[in-house]
Amino acid sequence: MEDIKPEETKVEEQKDEENKVCPEKLEEAKLKAKYPLLGNKPGGSDLLRKRLQKGPKYFDSGDYNMAKAKIKNKQLPAAQTEKTEITGDHIPTPQDLPQRKPSLVASKLAG
Amino acid sequence: MCRCCYPPSCPTSMAGAGGGGNDVQWCFSQVKGAIDDDVAEADIISTVEFNHSGELLATGDKGGRVVIFQQETENKSQPQCRSEYNVYSTFQSHEPEFDYLKSLEIEEKINKIRWLPQKNAAQFLLSTNDKTIKLWKISERDKRPEGYNLKEEDGRYRDAATITTLRVPVFRPMDLMVEASPRRVFVNGHTYHINSISVNSDNETYLSADDLRINLWHLEITDRSFNVVDIKPANMEELTEVITATEFHPHQCNTFVYSSSKGTIRLCDMRASALCDKHSKLFEEPEDPSNRSFFSEIISSISDVKFSHNGRYMMTRDYLSVKIWDLNMENRPVETYQVHEYLRSKLCSLYENDCIFDKFECCWNGNDSVVMTGSYNNFFRMLDRSQRRDVTLEASRESCKPRQVLKPRRVCAGGKRKKDEISVDSLDFNKKILHTAWHPQENIIAVATTNNLYIFQEKMN
Repeated sequence: MEDIKPEETKVEEQKDEENKVCPEKLEEAKLKAKYPLLGNKPGGSDLLRKRLQKGPKYFDSGDYNMAKAKIKNKQLPAAQTEKTEITGDHIPTPQDLPQRKPSLVASKLAG
Repeated sequence: MCRCCYPPSCPTSMAGAGGGGNDVQWCFSQVKGAIDDDVAEADIISTVEFNHSGELLATGDKGGRVVIFQQETENKSQPQCRSEYNVYSTFQSHEPEFDYLKSLEIEEKINKIRWLPQKNAAQFLLSTNDKTIKLWKISERDKRPEGYNLKEEDGRYRDAATITTLRVPVFRPMDLMVEASPRRVFVNGHTYHINSISVNSDNETYLSADDLRINLWHLEITDRSFNVVDIKPANMEELTEVITATEFHPHQCNTFVYSSSKGTIRLCDMRASALCDKHSKLFEEPEDPSNRSFFSEIISSISDVKFSHNGRYMMTRDYLSVKIWDLNMENRPVETYQVHEYLRSKLCSLYENDCIFDKFECCWNGNDSVVMTGSYNNFFRMLDRSQRRDVTLEASRESCKPRQVLKPRRVCAGGKRKKDEISVDSLDFNKKILHTAWHPQENIIAVATTNNLYIFQEKMN
């Protein structure tokens, strides 16, 4: 028993040293422990291709415009009430309709 | 030699350069932007750039807007008060679009702004989003014609029958108005997302680079551009690297460099051939294969490349370091500076929260003796090449008293945290300084936090 112990501690020491010297490898082990299915080549074409296409893919331009409108409505609840006043009562004229981009706000850096 | 310990004496806690000797002390000058913590996405600053004289400072944001600040002419009676930058012009440069073919949104975020050298009274800049580059003319109007015969002052036409005398219209002074107008729109040049633009020293052409291609444009011609670099593989499955940045040499109009996601820089000479797929020089630091890890390639990806003003060196920024390369030596950089080496033991979580993909920029001072780059927790690093010193400073609302000197900051990587140090685990990784700019001649720097622009100046005695 006495003979085995010093060897074990020697190996442990070596590992400790390696980890001290290369924290990167320690981090890699952490990552692999969390995601065992992770491939070995992180810079591979999958990662790059994901980078080449950024942003969500929409079904079509209608889908895109609807999504944009939802975001605008969330940001400007005031503008929304304007819109509901106009429709339904009479046929709107171009002057009645709100500007196409009511959310064009000046940058706060210029404030 | 282990990569993570170079240079061998690199400390994990940053040494301050403090004051004394020739060291510059930085003071707060101004801060622009909203104070509230609730940041609208559109207000996120995405680029900062001084013009060639340093008189103008432009910022671009995620909402596609450009704000230009102008340095006030110095107040001779108060020499201690360095001139301030005030709003000169602001305009909407880009708007969101929809790519019908790919069913993807084209963000209006301004990726880069580059100024043209001034040729006449007007100022010109190029601004780009992911797909479209625009040339904007910013001009001043301080007089207007008055006294037309056929028109009233408000523009309505006068009834010809009521005109009995003639007068000569004259120019009368008016309040200064700064107008921005798009003079050229360079569309449809890029299939992938534009990451950089660079104006040539010939002041006639410029480069635009996306992930896989680099195009050469003439400033006057918008319907055509020349492709000079194409690294798209025939089979996209074979894709191994992408272009991350490009820049023209400051004096040699035939030379440009581009950096890659694999940590290499290629220098190309347009005199050698029309298509520069084959590089003239390849700059790459050899890596110790025994130190290779899952993260090696990701953190070696170069996020920015900048030539020195004298044109003899170039600087690259990868995730953890800044490297200075001599253009005459391809096999390794001449200088390497650790920006935030203490992050090497946090790579796992930085990968999980995507911070490992953050693209930091870097810049030179006017005489190429000091370089600057950003970090997390609204820290930024000044790396003095000539004095071999570095200092970490913070852009914070708490150091905003006029001419308040910035105190060096220290990060504690492990072990006992000293007073005034901040531990790595307390760093705010949402507060990143990605964009910084240095005045071309003076010690004035512009540092962009998420939605605020800080201007710091050298302490004047």
